[in-house]
Amino acid sequence: MKELFSFLDPPFDALAAAVALAGIFVTFIALSSLFFIWLERKVAGRMQDRLGPTRVGGKFGWLQTVADGIKLLVKEDTTPNGADRILFKMAPYLAFCASFVAFISLPFGNGIVGRELSVGAFFLMAVLACEVFGVILAGYSSGSKWSLFGGIREAAQVVSYEVPRALCVLVPVVVAGTLNLNTMGQQQEGMFWNWRVFHDPFTLVAFFIFFITATASCKRAPFDLAEAESELVAGFHTEYSGLRWSVFFMAEYGSMFAVSAAASLLFLGGWHTGFLPFEPSQEWGLLGHLLNGVVFIGKGFFLVFVMMWMRWSLPRLRIDQVMMTCLKYFLPIACVLLIGVGVWELFAPDWLESGWRYLSSIGSLLAILALIVRLLTAPLSVPKGQLAGAWTGLSTPLMRASGR
Amino acid sequence: MSVLDEILFAIVALGTGLGAVGVVFTRNIVRQAVCLLFTLIGISMLYFLLGAEFVGATQLIVYVGGTMVLVIFGVMLTARQEFVTIRATPVEWFTAGLLGLGLFTILAKTLPALESNASEKGQLPSTGPIGVAFLTKYLLPFEAISLHLLVVLIGAAYLARAKKRPSDLPKIPLEKEEK
Repeated sequence: MKELFSFLDPPFDALAAAVALAGIFVTFIALSSLFFIWLERKVAGRMQDRLGPTRVGGKFGWLQTVADGIKLLVKEDTTPNGADRILFKMAPYLAFCASFVAFISLPFGNGIVGRELSVGAFFLMAVLACEVFGVILAGYSSGSKWSLFGGIREAAQVVSYEVPRALCVLVPVVVAGTLNLNTMGQQQEGMFWNWRVFHDPFTLVAFFIFFITATASCKRAPFDLAEAESELVAGFHTEYSGLRWSVFFMAEYGSMFAVSAAASLLFLGGWHTGFLPFEPSQEWGLLGHLLNGVVFIGKGFFLVFVMMWMRWSLPRLRIDQVMMTCLKYFLPIACVLLIGVGVWELFAPDWLESGWRYLSSIGSLLAILALIVRLLTAPLSVPKGQLAGAWTGLSTPLMRASGR
Repeated sequence: MSVLDEILFAIVALGTGLGAVGVVFTRNIVRQAVCLLFTLIGISMLYFLLGAEFVGATQLIVYVGGTMVLVIFGVMLTARQEFVTIRATPVEWFTAGLLGLGLFTILAKTLPALESNASEKGQLPSTGPIGVAFLTKYLLPFEAISLHLLVVLIGAAYLARAKKRPSDLPKIPLEKEEK
């Protein structure tokens, strides 16, 4: 980045590069959260057998988010009387800073990274853990008991989910032997069986545990105890309105993308398509870099979509269930995975390693293809009085009435 | 150090210092905690400026992510009015001032005498050498600290566990007594 500004004198080229990078990241987070908000509405609609937004205009109602943005801009910026004003105004920006700083260490392609840190994975986890601060401060400073409950729940949840999340990050780190995210991406070059998730059984499980704990630490449903509408009005952001409220959501969508991108870097091959046996940026130059960026962002967006899918499919857990899932299940499983991957790295013979790699990768590919085929060929409607999908054959009142 | 480094250092150091001053002069305990947060973030930024990425990230995760969450946790759970604002007595001002002055004198005396061993710009060795040093040269201190942390963990679990003594359990009448 610095080289692009080499026409400026030494101290200013770095400054210009920094400003440009910050601008790119803020724009990226803002634009992707615009897209995610629309996607969230659409996914929610389709999951609930509705159409989602259609009336505002644009193809598939994409203008809905723009209309939302205008609404948020013109809304009155209120502060409750009992609030601690300084902290109340600062909290959303604190949350946003944390999720924004995380983007510095994310490589969007081979070497396309804000700053290549030698401890990138560690830095990412450290920075994302700071996002909880904004939430706690918002909860405290609002001067409302619902907000306080939300903030405290969030604190308890994030602090405990950080532990299995960090342990799951260590599993691919043990395999890679580095904390540098860029190097990790480069190591997964080539076909999709080189992806870390298929390296051994432990990374395969670690991917799923990491993804679930990452969802929980982004306070997404089914772990959105901090903003449980049915119990806490809106949780920590009850008292916020207008732009400040939307900054919270930019932070949330930003960190959702950041953890998804981290998951794809650590486990899912980073910027590699998985179907090209070489590094595109070395073979095709600029076009390759472009392909890398598109693939990387695409993988991140897909994982964010999976988070939404989970959100609208699963009911919210209770707080004791959330804590129990973490401390009684994820933590021991993560510890076993860490020990297991160490043992595997030390003692697994070559035939076992490559055998597992091909078996699991091709098996997963076939399973996904079978699922897609099954989805596309499934009947779109069922006869009257019968249930669809997993409930096929279950007796319904209409069936009983007709005497079958 | 280039000019830019010096300017950045000045900005970050000023922010860190202001945060520290804020901790001392703010009365509200949560605001104090936030000032402390900014101080700790400032220190981790100083580490990053020096190129010590691992120490900087550790500072973030340990102090900022862990300690500060616990500070606010504690604050909120004891958020009764007498704890929310803190007022230092003159004796405390005197003692703390004396200690601070002493520390400052020692640092001001010794620091200029130290030889600057700031490395050439660029990436310092990553976690590898640290890990190797922990498991070879410094194995005993490392194990001692691990054991210490384990003891702390068990102690915390012991203190935090629900105390179930028979006398504490609420008495549930099994049947309604007939009169």
